[in-house]
Amino acid sequence: MLEAILTMSLLAAIFGVILGYVATRFRIKGDPVVDKIDAILPQTQCGQCSFPGCRPYAEAIAKGEADINQCPPGGEATIVALADLLGLDPKPLNPENGIEAEEKTVVYIDEKVCIGCTLCIQACPVDAILGAAKQMHTVIASECTGCDLCIPPCPVECIHIIPVEEDISTWRWPSPTQAGAEITPDTQTTVTE
Amino acid sequence: MQSKHKLFNFHGGLHLPGHKEISTGQAIGDVFIPSRLVLPLQQHIGESSEATVKEGDPVLKGQIIAKANGYVSVPLHAPTSGTVSQIIEQPVPHPSGLSATCIVIKPDGKDEWIDLDSSADYRQMDPSALRNRIRDAGIVGLGGAGFPSFIKLNPGAKTAIDELIINAAECEPYITCDDMLMRERAEDVINGIRIMKHALQARRCLIGIEDNKPEAHAALKDACSKLGIDDIEIISIPTLYPAGGEKQLIKVLTGKESPSHGLPLDVGVVCQNVATAAAIYQAVTYNKPLISRIVTLTGEGIKQPGNHEVLIGTPVDEWITYCGGYHDSIKRLVMGGPMMGFNLGTDKIPIIKTSNCVLAFGEGEADAQEQQAMPCIRCGACMDVCPAQLLPQQLYWQAYARDFDKIQDYNLFDCIECGCCSYVCPSQIPLVQYYRFAKTEIWALERDKKKSDRARLRHEFRLERLEKEKKEREERMRKKKAALKTGKDEKTKDSKKDAIEAALERVREKQKKSQTQTKNIDNLSAEQQKKIDDIDARRNQEQKDSTS
Ligand code: SF4
Ligand code: SF4
Ligand code: SF4
Repeated sequence: MLEAILTMSLLAAIFGVILGYVATRFRIKGDPVVDKIDAILPQTQCGQCSFPGCRPYAEAIAKGEADINQCPPGGEATIVALADLLGLDPKPLNPENGIEAEEKTVVYIDEKVCIGCTLCIQACPVDAILGAAKQMHTVIASECTGCDLCIPPCPVECIHIIPVEEDISTWRWPSPTQAGAEITPDTQTTVTE
Repeated sequence: MQSKHKLFNFHGGLHLPGHKEISTGQAIGDVFIPSRLVLPLQQHIGESSEATVKEGDPVLKGQIIAKANGYVSVPLHAPTSGTVSQIIEQPVPHPSGLSATCIVIKPDGKDEWIDLDSSADYRQMDPSALRNRIRDAGIVGLGGAGFPSFIKLNPGAKTAIDELIINAAECEPYITCDDMLMRERAEDVINGIRIMKHALQARRCLIGIEDNKPEAHAALKDACSKLGIDDIEIISIPTLYPAGGEKQLIKVLTGKESPSHGLPLDVGVVCQNVATAAAIYQAVTYNKPLISRIVTLTGEGIKQPGNHEVLIGTPVDEWITYCGGYHDSIKRLVMGGPMMGFNLGTDKIPIIKTSNCVLAFGEGEADAQEQQAMPCIRCGACMDVCPAQLLPQQLYWQAYARDFDKIQDYNLFDCIECGCCSYVCPSQIPLVQYYRFAKTEIWALERDKKKSDRARLRHEFRLERLEKEKKEREERMRKKKAALKTGKDEKTKDSKKDAIEAALERVREKQKKSQTQTKNIDNLSAEQQKKIDDIDARRNQEQKDSTS
């Protein structure tokens, strides 16, 4: 009996510690609705939505202060997902915020031209640029979100946009509909004579 | 030992014309050494290997040229002796037609082996040592998927293996490389199976072989009796595509259903291919790495179809020329079989560890790919044949609508892409293409999600860092200001004067000190003393002047 009590209290203590840790380590910052919206946004942090980053935009949507069609990098897929989450009707992207890019891009720094001014580092919202003052800078391509915020501050225009290249591990099968077989599943009624 | 084994049925499946006789007419062809060998670093599922040679390095046959990179990875070996001529991007066998990093070797024609360690007896090796040896030999599943074999032989200490199932079904039409291997090298196969059984400590071992391969069946039986083995059951199963699918074969032989999204291991089964078994035997017993494999060259577009032992890295065009070339009637080149293979846009790609067949369709061979798709008539034929018991028509609609959440509710990832549904579809809808499309789209979405999660974390981290830096700056400012303030409070109003006074005081103190400390003014003459006094007086006067 005593053993059982001890075990139970020990377990309770352990779980208490774990829960405490989890609560601080993974604390939910604020509103769960904002979190859900933020989870849908592409985290490009480009500010094209007119907010200083994805989370502020999510907060504005949650408060009803912003529309769901202001994120160009997310494009149609994000608008549809947001509409689905919030029970709204999808609408086309607001052209005032920009147009949906056709392909994903990252940037690279022409290291021969870079003067090491660190201005781009200060602009990058995800710390994807490595470098110190007066040393050439490099973009960690895998972390770059393609937000292009680092481009305007560069005084020597050595930052260039390049498309993300597809390799075997990221290649996608084309949709057969794209390949010409324009048959919608719903046209089946027309077949039976 | 006629099979009294109870067999089970899997759902669906198709009786397909075999076309196997095209390539079984002659013995396995000899290895030839091409003018160059192109070895992609990625020939298996998992992380690609990491090159350990550089351009210009001489290599010997069997030497490691790329090492395993992480757990799910295996090394790569030079298939013959020569020089590393290049490490470059080259087209590789992949449906995308894209290039990947390859080590290119220029053979020297000597075909000179590295020193192979003395041969070993697997019975003296513990399972972990066996697995290491199999890994070091670069062996991956030769049946098609290319999963590193040593991992499959490592079920974990807690999992007891009921059955080791050897896949000798070779159910896909046209392909005969396993059939020919069993006919000619049955003892290697059986010996390899014993090694795997030992490594897994499996309770029993079953070989499943389709009944359209009587010669191979007989050869395996002979090998068993010759080697005095009675704990391996060779079981003939009905020829029904895709009986060689892992889950289907397990069902047929044991009646066990592998769970959806699960592994055979979950039902106590490990499944390995016959060619893998033979390669494991060579690796464990003679320490020979995987540098060649048997590949079927077939189809009506090929002049001399057959099976050949081919060095890994052999360019397909050179190999086919060596084997007599194409007929003019060739229409389409496929890597793999007609059901699960993929089209090749070029023959300037190498044979890799997972290449089992190169198929050249000729004029006469029916080619479903050219038929125009029609609307689905909801006949349900696809559902009836699906060996994974899916609803192919539903999957098609969801893929068409790009509803990538819902399509997973229909267990898209249980689809083995066998192609049965497309084959029977009266509307010739390229169903499997839709599923492949949906799968890679979902993977891309998952990658995007991972990347955006990382971007969110990095952004939050940056904000935190900026916030911290700002706080620190503010803190420093605050401290400085506070220090100044407290200084003001303690002193009187004309603290400036006081400060100067204090400084002067310090100077005077110093002077006094220096005076007292100076020793060479003892025993001075009166004149000298006067001079010093004068100077001192003048200095003091000057100081007084300057402060007033
Ligand atoms: S490197 Fe430039 S484009 Fe890439 S995330 Fe940073 S600021 Fe944006
Ligand atoms: S390709 Fe997939 S959906 Fe079609 S029959 Fe095979 S397992 Fe079923
Ligand atoms: S076999 Fe083709 S036509 Fe028939 S239900 Fe399936 S997808 Fe539709």
